[in-house]
Amino acid sequence: MTDAPRRALWPILTDPLIRQNPVTLQILGICSALAVTTSIVTALTMSLSLIFVVVMAALLISLIRRHIPSSIRLIVQIMIVASLVIVIDQFLQAYFYEISRSLSVFVSLIATNCLVLGRTESFARHNAPVPAMVDALGNGLGYSLVLLLIGGAREFFGTGKLAGFQILATVDQGGWFVPLNLMLLAPSAFFILGGLVWLIRSFWAEQIEQPEFPAPEPDRAP
Amino acid sequence: MADLNPVSQWRRLMAAPNDSRGKTIAVAILLALACALMVSAATVILRPVQMANRAAEQEARLEALVSAIPGMEAMLASAEGGRLSTVVIDLERGRAAPDLGPETVNAALNEAGNWTSLTPAQDIAGIGTRPDYAQIFLLREGESGPVSLVILPVVGSGYNGAIEAMLALRGDMRTIAGLAITDQSETPGLGARIEESAWQAQFTGRRTADEAGNMRFAVARGPAASDYEVDGITGATRTNNAVTQMVRFWLGPDGYGPLLDAIRRGEF
Repeated sequence: MTDAPRRALWPILTDPLIRQNPVTLQILGICSALAVTTSIVTALTMSLSLIFVVVMAALLISLIRRHIPSSIRLIVQIMIVASLVIVIDQFLQAYFYEISRSLSVFVSLIATNCLVLGRTESFARHNAPVPAMVDALGNGLGYSLVLLLIGGAREFFGTGKLAGFQILATVDQGGWFVPLNLMLLAPSAFFILGGLVWLIRSFWAEQIEQPEFPAPEPDRAP
Repeated sequence: MADLNPVSQWRRLMAAPNDSRGKTIAVAILLALACALMVSAATVILRPVQMANRAAEQEARLEALVSAIPGMEAMLASAEGGRLSTVVIDLERGRAAPDLGPETVNAALNEAGNWTSLTPAQDIAGIGTRPDYAQIFLLREGESGPVSLVILPVVGSGYNGAIEAMLALRGDMRTIAGLAITDQSETPGLGARIEESAWQAQFTGRRTADEAGNMRFAVARGPAASDYEVDGITGATRTNNAVTQMVRFWLGPDGYGPLLDAIRRGEF
């Protein structure tokens, strides 16, 4: 298999942050974006775990890229990703026990996160280890950026805290802030993510997808 | 003569076309071995740390529970060398369940066969069925001395739903050392006042039964009139009665009675 032509490393790293963001442009990996963004701390732990998995998977797959039989290439990639996920899950359970309990099953579900498989399949398989890892890191950071934004918004409006520190005193504590309980439920992550996508596509209009079907004409009264 | 040199075998494998059947199988096997090694290593190396975490969590949960019982911390501090130990007991026979531990008791209680249904005459606390096993906490004097304190989980049926509590008894098994309500859904402002620590603090030092062994404990209607009573909460008759019946049931023959007798006889 021939490698893709070399590109400068800096755009590989920075492109996925906003312009090619895996979550807001490609809408990948949003199930974890919904589930683990009730607070910044869980969002951060999830982001770091994902960065570890995606970077290590990119390295390993890039190293053996010339020897992966194409008939079993997806299985090979998933196996490497899943093994890395088990390793990081065990590590969290050992050293970040409290956080691993609140993340529960979602760390294990990194194995099925389309973002990881997407990067290994489309980039790491055709590139040398260094650009592959840089690309994985950029995508991991793009994912983290979105997760932290959503996590921050949900924690702030849902509890009045940021990263565990009370910013606005809630009514219970004698302040004026009434926590929005909706923010702690999963649908609010959809709303914030939708708003974020809208905002980004207002600035970068080229991200707007062509409609697959023409919108039906509204019925007119004769 | 076949070439058995492993180095040249390896070179030949690497040079083989990626989609040949032999190389596909070889790559799959090698990858499976490498991944298995990585996962096993992580699990084995990190297991001791994980076990310590789990043990610490159990401990913390118990401590939070104990500190919720009024006056308990002073008591633990004064007990010399005493440490709370967790025991799973068989309620019917009044002794430790031989093959159940704190880790397995929850699984055992998920099976309907390990619950006993109560006849209406027995069921003064209104709970319907009673588990055959319970996890209790013991404090001994010294390493294996007599039991100086026992903490029992109890449950009863209140006005709006179940009332769950931890009841601590002193070494004579007839004096209440403390009571902590851990879960309740009584009417706010009336029955829910059983959550107030001032009300719970009254339980400390109350006696449950007289010398003849007759159960005398009650939540009084109004102010307490004797050693066996605590003040009732005004406007919460049903909740008061529920607490009375809950304590009486669990200290009685269908609750922890056999266990308390065994401890009193010094058999535990």
